[in-house]
Amino acid sequence: MSNTDIIIHDEKDNVGVVVIEKINPEQDCNCWIMENDKSVSIQSKDEIPLGHKIAMTDLNEGDTILKYGHDIGKVVKNIKKGEHVHVHNVKTKKW
Amino acid sequence: MEIPKSFLGYKRENGRAGTRNHVIILPVDDISNACAEAVANNIKGTIALPHSYGRLQFGADLELHFRTMIGTGKNPNVAAVIVVGIEPKWTKRIVDAIATTSKPVEGFSIEGVGDIDTIAKVSKKAQEFSMWASEKQREECPMSDLWISVKCGESDTTSGLASNPTVGNLMDKLEPLGVHLCFGETSELTGAETVCEKRGKTPEAQAKFKKTWNDYNDFILKEATDDLSESQPTAGNIAGGLTTIEEKAFGNFQKIGGCQFIDVLEPAEEPTKGAGLYFMDTSSAAAECVTLQAAGGFNIHLFPTGQGNIIGNPIEPVIKLTANPLTAKTMSEHIDVDVSKILSREMNLSQAGDELIKSTLRVANGRLTCAEALGHKEFVMTKLYRSA
Repeated sequence: MSNTDIIIHDEKDNVGVVVIEKINPEQDCNCWIMENDKSVSIQSKDEIPLGHKIAMTDLNEGDTILKYGHDIGKVVKNIKKGEHVHVHNVKTKKW
Repeated sequence: MEIPKSFLGYKRENGRAGTRNHVIILPVDDISNACAEAVANNIKGTIALPHSYGRLQFGADLELHFRTMIGTGKNPNVAAVIVVGIEPKWTKRIVDAIATTSKPVEGFSIEGVGDIDTIAKVSKKAQEFSMWASEKQREECPMSDLWISVKCGESDTTSGLASNPTVGNLMDKLEPLGVHLCFGETSELTGAETVCEKRGKTPEAQAKFKKTWNDYNDFILKEATDDLSESQPTAGNIAGGLTTIEEKAFGNFQKIGGCQFIDVLEPAEEPTKGAGLYFMDTSSAAAECVTLQAAGGFNIHLFPTGQGNIIGNPIEPVIKLTANPLTAKTMSEHIDVDVSKILSREMNLSQAGDELIKSTLRVANGRLTCAEALGHKEFVMTKLYRSA
């Protein structure tokens, strides 16, 4: 089996988590969806370090980020599929 | 994996079963610690549980102190108890409540006697209890005699990815066997509170959770100098890839798998609604949380960690698991179960859950946890407000 680069918790999630030291721009990555044990692939656009998130789809301002199948915040700047998702483009809905 | 139907535990007088067979010397208050520790030093097979409080507390804070003391003594991992306090009245209140379990318990007060004569008297009783308890044998007990509490600490992205879901997988598999389960950490559910509320099995349980979380949030808003946006997630969490407080909370929430909670417990409160999952209102500080869960009667604890928390408890064995391969390597003496192979996909969640069940049963049957072997006995009282 090829190595897993990205883990996605839930089938509904629109982000995955990098589980190798880092992924590079234009890298073809293997993703594992834990919930149903399925595999998908994605090409990254950014360098993304271990533990950080990648967009699995294009996301627009105001969209909701789903991880664990749940709402973990809102998009505040448009995100393209394969880009790094973090505090620069996503904010809490709490405050 | 076929889940075993039983483990080897110590059957207690009140029908509960313990995974350990401790004889404890329990000080009612801070100034009785010296006496309790001297006795535990004299008499082999006993342990003292020193702590920092028990004087001039009042109201709900005092009630929590009593509940923690009494619950610790009643825990089925404890075979027999000696309570030592400065004054007879509070000492007697604790002794009488522990005695409802029918286990051997005796109280002593120091005032008017002094440490030295009290130590002599207590030592004689402690020797009797220790030798009595040493003859107790492990017997076959049904899985439903396991009361499992959970709490995570020093979390990182590997916690939400793998070690917390491993605990959730164990819960999903053991809940149908009639096991009691307990999670806490009111503060670290912030961001997932509405989803957590919906996991209440009844409207009553949901309403109780909502009130508990709102009370906590009101307290934070009253005491905090700003909102928690600067501290939740922490700078370290953000560097590790956690973006929002919701994301952190949902990582924490993975520990309960697909289970629903049947009731919400006060800190250190014993569950009374039968087998199933309970939420206990606790701090997210590891030692405080586990001390409260042990006082609630839980007899084995699962502790997923990312960066490597090293906590233990004097009466409730604490099993640590990690999915962080670096922590598993650099802090191996603290890690009972390594599930880091989930990240490299050499192990799936169900296999990890099975491994955790096997390790839990080995510890329930008597295998020492890393924390026990290393002498971790963190017994930390939760204090609600300052003393009079």
